[in-house]
Amino acid sequence: MEIDISRPILARNDELAAANRKLLDTSRVFALDVLASPGAGKTTTILATIDRLRERYRIAVIEGDIASKVDAEKVKAHGIPAVQINTGGACHLEADMIARALGALPIDDLDLVIVENVGNLVCPTEFDLGQGARIVILSVPEGHDKPVKYPAIFAQADAIILNKYDTMHVFDFDEDEFRESVRKLNGAAPIFVISAKTGQGVDAWTDWLSERIDAARA
Amino acid sequence: MHEMGIVAEVLAAVTSAAESSHAVRVNHVTITIGQLTAIMPFALNFAWDALTPGTIVEGAVLEIVEVPARSRCGECGTEFEHDQYDRVCPKCGNFMCEVIAGNELRIDNVDVDLPDEEAVATVTGTET
Repeated sequence: MEIDISRPILARNDELAAANRKLLDTSRVFALDVLASPGAGKTTTILATIDRLRERYRIAVIEGDIASKVDAEKVKAHGIPAVQINTGGACHLEADMIARALGALPIDDLDLVIVENVGNLVCPTEFDLGQGARIVILSVPEGHDKPVKYPAIFAQADAIILNKYDTMHVFDFDEDEFRESVRKLNGAAPIFVISAKTGQGVDAWTDWLSERIDAARA
Repeated sequence: MHEMGIVAEVLAAVTSAAESSHAVRVNHVTITIGQLTAIMPFALNFAWDALTPGTIVEGAVLEIVEVPARSRCGECGTEFEHDQYDRVCPKCGNFMCEVIAGNELRIDNVDVDLPDEEAVATVTGTET
């Protein structure tokens, strides 16, 4: 006998993500999911973003890592509330982990929650967390060919950051080729060229983010 | 290796459907995977073989239907098939196109044996 199921494989995650999104919407909090490979500068970019925006918005960070509290401690040292999620081997965050982390944060006293996903350009792709926007950070040393190697994640990004731009002269990074491959995949996402370390280009990125935070608060 | 988690979700849905219909065996499970997802069919089969033994799904065939990517041009309305890397409209060169197929990640149906079905089969078997 054939039983018709016809439902998304990740229905359970999708439902929890929808609940997170609803909680964030009613609390007027904007959630940003940050994706990148390990070492692209996720934490440094998040800290640079916090430095630009902390006077205007109340910010918290959810740190996703397979193990350790290193990143959450870095953020806390900045005086920003942070929750560490250890996935214990899992290669991506899922909506139920975010639900628990949101429960540990003072959501009514926040404007922006930044989620640092596990360093990985593949596995997080299919897992909606309930975020307001999802960005991908690529760093210059990783090479300009990453959008071609990991198309799914670049295709769904709401914005793309090219980080470590101050190292351009050291690497054979073809910026034109990078921009062309992104455009073919995702014509809508803006590309922000930054150096989180020197601060170059960070203002244009935080202006884009501020517009979205303001829209969520309105 | 997020395919392991994907297969675990499929198994949970299949097991619950099989249990609520009091099935004794699962023969066949059909799922649909779009070409634009970051899911590899090979890794799904590997996870399937690793996770099904000892469950009601043991021995069942996993059929993976792959869906090619299609988009609709936001400018000229052309619908076109494309690969994972290039979603630019082939007719007018516009790059603001809407994906209409290729992101599927769905459990379609499951074929099971019911206890009474089996009894019927045995009875008709002895009659012939």
